[in-house]
Amino acid sequence: MIRRLLPHPILTPTLTAIWLLLVNSLEPGQVLLGLFLGLTIPLFSLRFWPERVLVRRPLTLLGFGALMLHDIVAANLRVAWLILRGPARLRPGFVQVPLDLQSELAISLLANAICLTPGTVSAHLTQDRRTLLVHALDLADPAALIATIKTRYEAPLRQVFDPC
Amino acid sequence: MIELLTSILILTGALFTFIGALGLVRLKDFYCRLHGPTKATTLGVGSLLLASSLWFSTRGTGLSLHELLVTLFLFITAPVSAHLLAKAALHLRLKSLAPAPESETSGT
Amino acid sequence: MLSIAIPIAFALVGTAFTLTLWRLLIGPSVPDRILALDTLAVNAIALLVLFGIAQDSAVYFEAAILIALMGFVGTVALCKYLLRGDIIE
Repeated sequence: MIRRLLPHPILTPTLTAIWLLLVNSLEPGQVLLGLFLGLTIPLFSLRFWPERVLVRRPLTLLGFGALMLHDIVAANLRVAWLILRGPARLRPGFVQVPLDLQSELAISLLANAICLTPGTVSAHLTQDRRTLLVHALDLADPAALIATIKTRYEAPLRQVFDPC
Repeated sequence: MIELLTSILILTGALFTFIGALGLVRLKDFYCRLHGPTKATTLGVGSLLLASSLWFSTRGTGLSLHELLVTLFLFITAPVSAHLLAKAALHLRLKSLAPAPESETSGT
Repeated sequence: MLSIAIPIAFALVGTAFTLTLWRLLIGPSVPDRILALDTLAVNAIALLVLFGIAQDSAVYFEAAILIALMGFVGTVALCKYLLRGDIIE
């Protein structure tokens, strides 16, 4: 019963928080309206979310968030420097990263993380979800880049989302 | 103090926005140009929104956090559109400085 | 302090806007133009937020949110069109 009424336990508080941010107030009425929206929207959009998302280690996820924030700033400084230094000394290149992740959400989060962080953009996911094609702005050592992506971003996501 | 912090955030944000657009004009092939707007511009606008949040929160009318919503939205959507644009470029087989791998990029 | 920072920031973001417009005009490919349009939307948000701080008013915020939404949806729709030749499947 609770599973039918509350199909996505994470989506409800997220939607409520988004509503409160949107109206920019914490009045009781708005909180109630936010809760109502957070409870009904998942029910009506059930068809788009067939996979029940389970976070197995919330602390690892929080740590991953902090790591992302740090890496976003670092990567931005690096990309800004590369742009200012000029296009002549760039070494762009494509890399194929083999994936070990299973769940769709984890793969999309990894692709987003790669896009936001170390001077790379994810370009294409193969049909069988095994390989991610990544474009790097300044590629010195492909093997090192793959190793960084796998240990730094893929490992925590795997711990959080993938059933082992 | 708050004013100084806001000013620094505003200047950093504007500078990053500018660098992103500079990358868009300066770099030589599409896949490189993609990097400027997705990273620098997103962080620049994020910094500006943070400045706005800080500024309006200290004006005595209570916390102003809805800027965070736009920041969050930008940080979620920027990689998605970058990924789609890169995919479209691969699909159209745009010229690239780096040798593009040929395997099944035309699928899906 | 803020009265010095805001004009400088306006100048920087305005220049960024012009540079992006230049990329939109010279192209050379369709994804380049889509990327330029997307960047224009983000730059417009930056200008609106700056204007809000300069005018000391929060009413421009809804416009910024709408531009963010529409920019993203537009980019995705155009990319979908390039990839499949169709938007609504």
